[in-house]
Amino acid sequence: MKVEMIKKAFRAAFPYTVPIFAGFWFLGLTYGIFMHAAGFSFWYPALMSLTIFAGSVEFLTVPMLLGPFAPLSALAITLMVNARHLFYGISMLEKFRGTGWKKPYLIYGMCDESFSINFTAHIPAEVDRGWFMFFVTLLNHIYWFTGALLGGLCGAWLHFNTAGLDFVMTAMFVVIFFENWRQEERHGSSLWGLGISVVSLVVFGAGHFIIPAMLGILGILTWRRGRQEMEGELVK
Amino acid sequence: MTGMERLIIIGMVLLGTLMTRFLPFLFFPAGKPVPPYIRYLGRVLPGAVFGMLVIYCLKDIQWLQGGHGLPELLSLGVVLGLQSWRRQMLLSIAGGTVCHMLLVQYVFWAF
Repeated sequence: MKVEMIKKAFRAAFPYTVPIFAGFWFLGLTYGIFMHAAGFSFWYPALMSLTIFAGSVEFLTVPMLLGPFAPLSALAITLMVNARHLFYGISMLEKFRGTGWKKPYLIYGMCDESFSINFTAHIPAEVDRGWFMFFVTLLNHIYWFTGALLGGLCGAWLHFNTAGLDFVMTAMFVVIFFENWRQEERHGSSLWGLGISVVSLVVFGAGHFIIPAMLGILGILTWRRGRQEMEGELVK
Repeated sequence: MTGMERLIIIGMVLLGTLMTRFLPFLFFPAGKPVPPYIRYLGRVLPGAVFGMLVIYCLKDIQWLQGGHGLPELLSLGVVLGLQSWRRQMLLSIAGGTVCHMLLVQYVFWAF
């Protein structure tokens, strides 16, 4: 029964998205409040959270919209900040295969959190993979949109002590890293990822370390593959 | 900036985001074999990228001032401890976040 199958996928997907709900509502509300404080009507954060659906770059649109009109520079900044999505796409080429009409939406909605869940989740054999990933993506999209909309609407009169709540995103990525670590046969690439990022952070500073870190990671992983091949190891 | 110009800026940001998400799938369409190098990257990149995202989340810690990163390190310990103990993602995330909020609001607030 198809309806049963869809319900089953939803029930399997929903628990994975609950931490994202907390994180996205917090960040989405913050984003809406941020745009409200910059003088934008609520439909700006609503429109952008619905269409762009990429948190970090949406925060960056505020200075872009307030500064001089520079569309090409806006495109360049977006490509740099979101370049990590190229990595996500390469990792999901096989997993998105055979998902039919849902595939374009899965790609469109592949934010950090949707990718992390869809890549690492243990989807039970009796649950349809395509519908599972579809619901993860759709729920995350809804959380982000409603959070940003609410923040933009009621930004002016929201007062409670949220200090420290932003750690929810850190905790989530640490758990994801840890779970991926437990599934790995070897930890070389995880360790390089941490190490190169720390070095890049120290050298280039918090605002500029992502691009050098990504180039470093690509370079090291490519070098490691060449070396493994020379040592005669099977590299598929 | 006019309303039209603002819409163009939003459109450019949307275009850039769509490009980074769809390009790998356009270059390597279903049915065509994915080159071994790209398959290798798909296999080893996630570990490295998750490591990078962890560092990205911790990038704004002031190690030389305030709490010296102690609230974050202690809360990270709680997250990892809970996760190895129970392996309940929600519990680990909630426990670590509540720990961090309590530390920042009641213990390290003076900094």
